[in-house]
Amino acid sequence: MKKEYSQEILDEIGAKFPHASVKIHAPRRTYINIPRDEVYDLAKFLFAEKECRLSITTGTDKRDGIEILYHFSHDPSGTYYNIKTLVPKDDPKVRSLADFLPAANWIEREIHELLGVDFTGHPNLVPLLTAETWPADLHPLRRDYADEHKEFKIEKTGRDQ
Amino acid sequence: MKRIVPIGPYHPLQEEPEFFKLIVEGEKVVDLEINIGYNHRGHEFIAQKMTYDQIPFLVERICGICSDSHPYAYVMAVEDAARIEVPPRGQYIRTIIGELERIHSHYLWVGLAGHFIGYNTVWMWVWRYREPLLDIFELIMGNRNHYAINKVGGARRDILPEHYEKIEKYLDLVEEKTTMFTKAVLDDPVIHARLENVGILSKEDAIAYGVLGPTARGSGYAIDVRKDDPYDAYDKVDWDMIVFEEGDIFAKAKVRLLECYESIKIVRQCLRDMPDGPIEARVDEIPPGEGIGRHEAPRGEVFHYVRSDGSNMPARHKIRAPSYMNIPSNVVAVKGYSIADAALVLAAVDPCYCCTERTVVFEDGKKKFTGNDLLRLSRQKTEKLRRRYGR
Repeated sequence: MKKEYSQEILDEIGAKFPHASVKIHAPRRTYINIPRDEVYDLAKFLFAEKECRLSITTGTDKRDGIEILYHFSHDPSGTYYNIKTLVPKDDPKVRSLADFLPAANWIEREIHELLGVDFTGHPNLVPLLTAETWPADLHPLRRDYADEHKEFKIEKTGRDQ
Repeated sequence: MKRIVPIGPYHPLQEEPEFFKLIVEGEKVVDLEINIGYNHRGHEFIAQKMTYDQIPFLVERICGICSDSHPYAYVMAVEDAARIEVPPRGQYIRTIIGELERIHSHYLWVGLAGHFIGYNTVWMWVWRYREPLLDIFELIMGNRNHYAINKVGGARRDILPEHYEKIEKYLDLVEEKTTMFTKAVLDDPVIHARLENVGILSKEDAIAYGVLGPTARGSGYAIDVRKDDPYDAYDKVDWDMIVFEEGDIFAKAKVRLLECYESIKIVRQCLRDMPDGPIEARVDEIPPGEGIGRHEAPRGEVFHYVRSDGSNMPARHKIRAPSYMNIPSNVVAVKGYSIADAALVLAAVDPCYCCTERTVVFEDGKKKFTGNDLLRLSRQKTEKLRRRYGR
């Protein structure tokens, strides 16, 4: 017997956060688009009132900014509520969730170093995966870093020939 | 006076190099700092340069012990994005392999925990009877590990009907031996004394840290993807979720040992009810979109997120292994316990952490403990308890 997503949570989100737009991809996979200054309140609402668990956060470098996707899992119904927000590349800032949610601590550090997003209010925003000697302004998951890497490779093979 | 006991970061035995900096006062651990990233392999980045069909082989190599879980979650993410229906026979085959892997991974943990506390007999027994499971893998897929059974749209290999009987026979052996050492472990007063009320993770902390799998279920936090968000054949078979409230290492060990029975139960039912028909669906192209795949790996939920832009390579592939959420919870679980328990508490979340080597305690600029000393301390404590119980 498969459980379905709970429509009440989506209704409550719609009433509380008028800027949110909901997309239901599959019965238990929902995506909620929201401006970045409301992410903190929505995440707190999902965690504290709806017993959702922060599964992980995904950061993606897109053409129009960096997309942050918070995957919240509502285990009683088996539904994923994914909060999606876009931060502009010239001002990559979003409020940290780590003050009420320890589960966000590591992944925010990871996104900070790999994509260069500043999580304001994070207690310890130091690099998690990269070495201590890694330059702070070099973000390996950014598209422009990948392009530089590609050029470097082409140049090297050219020299080898 | 505060001293620092560093555990890690490298050892050939240790699959995921982590660095634990224990801050101790006398014998008591007062704080813990965790450093990871010593072996960051950049799988997410590499995956963006590979085709959808190549990635299962890549993500399979993330972890040698749960080498079925990552491709499993990945193919489900792609199937979610492209809305692919897997034929029933493919679903059953994937479920069987997922469950067999759970048993062999739990066996590994029980063996290592025995090794840590100085019960090398448990270690040898358990690893001896892990062999029949690897034999089953070899029978079905030709490999003892890295099985490559998952494929977008179904399973890569069929389980031949003439092998059912042989697999059943192996399962009987595994069940008998599981009973043997479950009884041996759960009835031993020394193991009780050693594991009970040690490394307690409360339910509140479990929820806040978002821990997963047996670590969560041992703390009374009843989450299991197989029940909450059933996929493949998990909602067609009858099994129970094992939950204990205590939150100590003993509860986690009980969860793992008893889960082996549930897995055997699931595999038996799957073999009995295995439908006929094709094992994979035809997949032409992956349309633009995004998908989430989650599988209950032996250590907890594995999470894969795939975003497609319509090409033959994903635009973004996010991977979250369960230990990523479980290891930070050590910060609360290890506080207040003695240094002899620390190695065990850090191993209780099953982080593929099998080493206390290269551990150095500095006192006035001189080495105090080494990794072997830590292991020795742990065993001495067991020895002391053993004498107290007259065994």
